[in-house]
Amino acid sequence: MAFIEVLIQYFPSFCIALGETVKLTAISLVCATVLGVIFGLFKVSGIAPLKMIANIYIDIIRGTPLMVQVMIIFYGLSQVLRPYGFAWGNIGGNFTAGAVTLSLNAGAYMAEIIRGGIEAVDKGQMEAARSLGLPYSKAMSKVILPQAFRTMLPSIINQFIISMKDTSLISVIGIRELTQNGKIIAANSASRVMAIWLVVAAFYLVVCTLLSKVAVLVERKVSYGR
Amino acid sequence: MEDNKIVVKNLKKNFGQLEVLKRISLQVSEGEVVCLIGPSGSGKSTFLRCLNRLEKITAGEVMVDGHPISDPNININRVRENIGMVFQHFNLFPHLTVRENITLAPIELKKMDKESASQKAVRLLERVGLADKADVYPGQLSGGQKQRVAIARALAMNPDIMLFDEPTSALDPEMVGEVLEVMKQLAADGMTMVVVTHEMGFAREVADRVIFMDDGYIVEEGTPEEVFGNPKEERTISFLNKVL
Repeated sequence: MAFIEVLIQYFPSFCIALGETVKLTAISLVCATVLGVIFGLFKVSGIAPLKMIANIYIDIIRGTPLMVQVMIIFYGLSQVLRPYGFAWGNIGGNFTAGAVTLSLNAGAYMAEIIRGGIEAVDKGQMEAARSLGLPYSKAMSKVILPQAFRTMLPSIINQFIISMKDTSLISVIGIRELTQNGKIIAANSASRVMAIWLVVAAFYLVVCTLLSKVAVLVERKVSYGR
Repeated sequence: MEDNKIVVKNLKKNFGQLEVLKRISLQVSEGEVVCLIGPSGSGKSTFLRCLNRLEKITAGEVMVDGHPISDPNININRVRENIGMVFQHFNLFPHLTVRENITLAPIELKKMDKESASQKAVRLLERVGLADKADVYPGQLSGGQKQRVAIARALAMNPDIMLFDEPTSALDPEMVGEVLEVMKQLAADGMTMVVVTHEMGFAREVADRVIFMDDGYIVEEGTPEEVFGNPKEERTISFLNKVL
């Protein structure tokens, strides 16, 4: 079977590419979570300038395609910033540009998820925490966010899976992740195109399935006293 | 003035165009139990929530324990440590055990170590009759038990003043008694208390002073005997006729 042949023949290169995909996903998701918490908190802060900054960021990201974003960040920024001595090549090349783009992209969606999760927590929780004398930041971190996290978790996992698949779009700037690897192999072995892309798809499928399984475990872990 | 725990002068509170509190003045002395009664929408809960600034104060002066909490520059968190509050809907933290609910603030704010905070939590739970519930989550408690835990949580910060916002209104009738019992004990121990309540029996028995509010004003105040036994204002009479 062509599928098995391709899998065996190109297994090493697919493993390396899978590594790139996973690395890109993992780094981006960590950064996106940080961005998401910051901008999500901006949105619920009730402080107008912070809210505006968060809204602009989220609207821009949600209103433009990821592939265009990566073009702007990789090609556009290097052109504009070259006179100031900036080059992606100095800070990790296209991989860094890809990770930055994915982080910014997923961060905007995470911000919305986190805002929604915080707003879903009963208002009385903040009041009770504040009435004990806890400052806003402590009330947020000890009382609101842990509860919000629970309701957010399915959406967060969903975003993780989306971002993981979105790494394929980052292939346009030449990172040799799974999709780019597929393209290169297919270019040299046109007669087995179907098998090659099925192998690529299988790799994504396996990673996504694993992510979902982990999600179920985590969800079970954070359910308390019900 | 020395022993006045709470001094309110010409307090006003607006929600947008709506005037909820219109020039309220009140003093509560140390160890006094004041019950606020009145029809819903009369502003009693809003008034109570102004006493620890859960509601922003529109105008007027509120002094609690000598701190001008209507002053926007005051460290309100410090003042709140001294004012316990109990809510109609308990507002226990569902992701924490009963013990953790009680120890959260002392550990975070008083920098108590976990062990002594926990011992204190158990003592407070004994006081409200729930020593065996330290390690369950609020979701496993009945309404009355939740409210008693909420009282223990507020007491953990050693407040000088306790505010109760309709503490029994969300309870099934058979659980009201157990909560009122804890509150009576607290009153007997000399706690300064301001209680918004629909429990006229409790107000009559425990309050040193009963305040009848309507439409954002204090309409009448006096001892329970005066207000319940011999109300002077027409609005008080008509309200009491409906609820008694």
